[in-house]
Amino acid sequence: MAKTITQEFTKGLWAEIAPFRLVLGLCPVLGVTTTMENGIGMGIATTFVLLCSNILVSALRNIIPPKVRIACFIIIIATFVIVVELVMQAYAYPLFLKLGLFIPLIVVNCIVLGRAEAFAYKKGLLFSIADGLGIGIGFTLSLAALGGIREVLGTGTFYGASVFGPSFQPFTFMIQAPGAFVCLGLMLCIMNLFE
Amino acid sequence: MRELIKMVVVLTVLAAFSGGLLAGLRNGTAAQIEKQQLEFVKGPAIKKILEGASNDPISDRFKISDGDMERSFFVGKFDGKANTVAFESFGKGFAGEIGLMVGVNLETDKIVDVGVTTHSETPGLGAMAKDDPDFGAQFKGFSIIEPIKVTNDGGQVNAISGATITSRAVCAAATDAGNMYQKLKPQIAEKIKEFNK
Repeated sequence: MAKTITQEFTKGLWAEIAPFRLVLGLCPVLGVTTTMENGIGMGIATTFVLLCSNILVSALRNIIPPKVRIACFIIIIATFVIVVELVMQAYAYPLFLKLGLFIPLIVVNCIVLGRAEAFAYKKGLLFSIADGLGIGIGFTLSLAALGGIREVLGTGTFYGASVFGPSFQPFTFMIQAPGAFVCLGLMLCIMNLFE
Repeated sequence: MRELIKMVVVLTVLAAFSGGLLAGLRNGTAAQIEKQQLEFVKGPAIKKILEGASNDPISDRFKISDGDMERSFFVGKFDGKANTVAFESFGKGFAGEIGLMVGVNLETDKIVDVGVTTHSETPGLGAMAKDDPDFGAQFKGFSIIEPIKVTNDGGQVNAISGATITSRAVCAAATDAGNMYQKLKPQIAEKIKEFNK
């Protein structure tokens, strides 16, 4: 059964929301979500790479020989990741300093390669754009939600602004790595309850 | 055979295209990236030293080659005259190099202010060289031409308690800045004329 373009877009926001439903791309999900700002920055960077690589892979899908498709995907993805890295360095240097190593690591983010291989290589251009945008925005929202929760509990701020006032004792566990696992697990649990 | 050729051609064209695009983008953003790095790494120290300058010291800069090193000088304009430069020198601290930005008035050869840019000293002790404004403030008004020392070594700088090595390193960096300044002064004077037009 063929899905419409709208369905391809909206599936990324709930039914196949990458970090929770597919449990993919967890390395940046756990690594950078110490604050909401980092999460959104990382999400937008990944969305850009995902969208561009989906467009290019879909447009070139009849030219790329099947035997070397992975190599071609990686060249395309790596190119856009370096574009993001340079642009971020030039115009958002403080964010670049915080995200650091995680930007080059988008190359090996399995969501990006996964969408290229499983979707864009087989489907038309418009569908691939919808898919890339949907999954990317879903990924950004997940990172923002996780980052927001961890930031509020771990440092007592929300997007940099103080929430609880100076008397709040930060729950530092939440901004450390184990806090990321616990928080992700609880969110998965809540999502499954809703289902 | 045809398939093999196709694979090679596709990969080559894709890689060449990608390389070209990135090279172009790199050239296009290099100046902006350098500016951002200056602004966020050295910027705070430069802004503090040249506080009240009527120009933007980070964009008004020039380079002089000193041996095999290229040194950047940041120009500060006061009362409509470019008469102050800030530049970086290094001293060996307790845990690695300490970068010190030194601002010098070209007319009086006196230090305007100093600020630590990069260091890896112990937090709470050596790191006070950067965090405690009183330490850096002691350097104000010293002549850059004479060696600068801590009081223990017969100088005038009160060392940070518990961080004598760091304090000595900052003094050594300031002294080194003085040597560099004396050596390069004719060139600095030449270059700074451009900013006085």
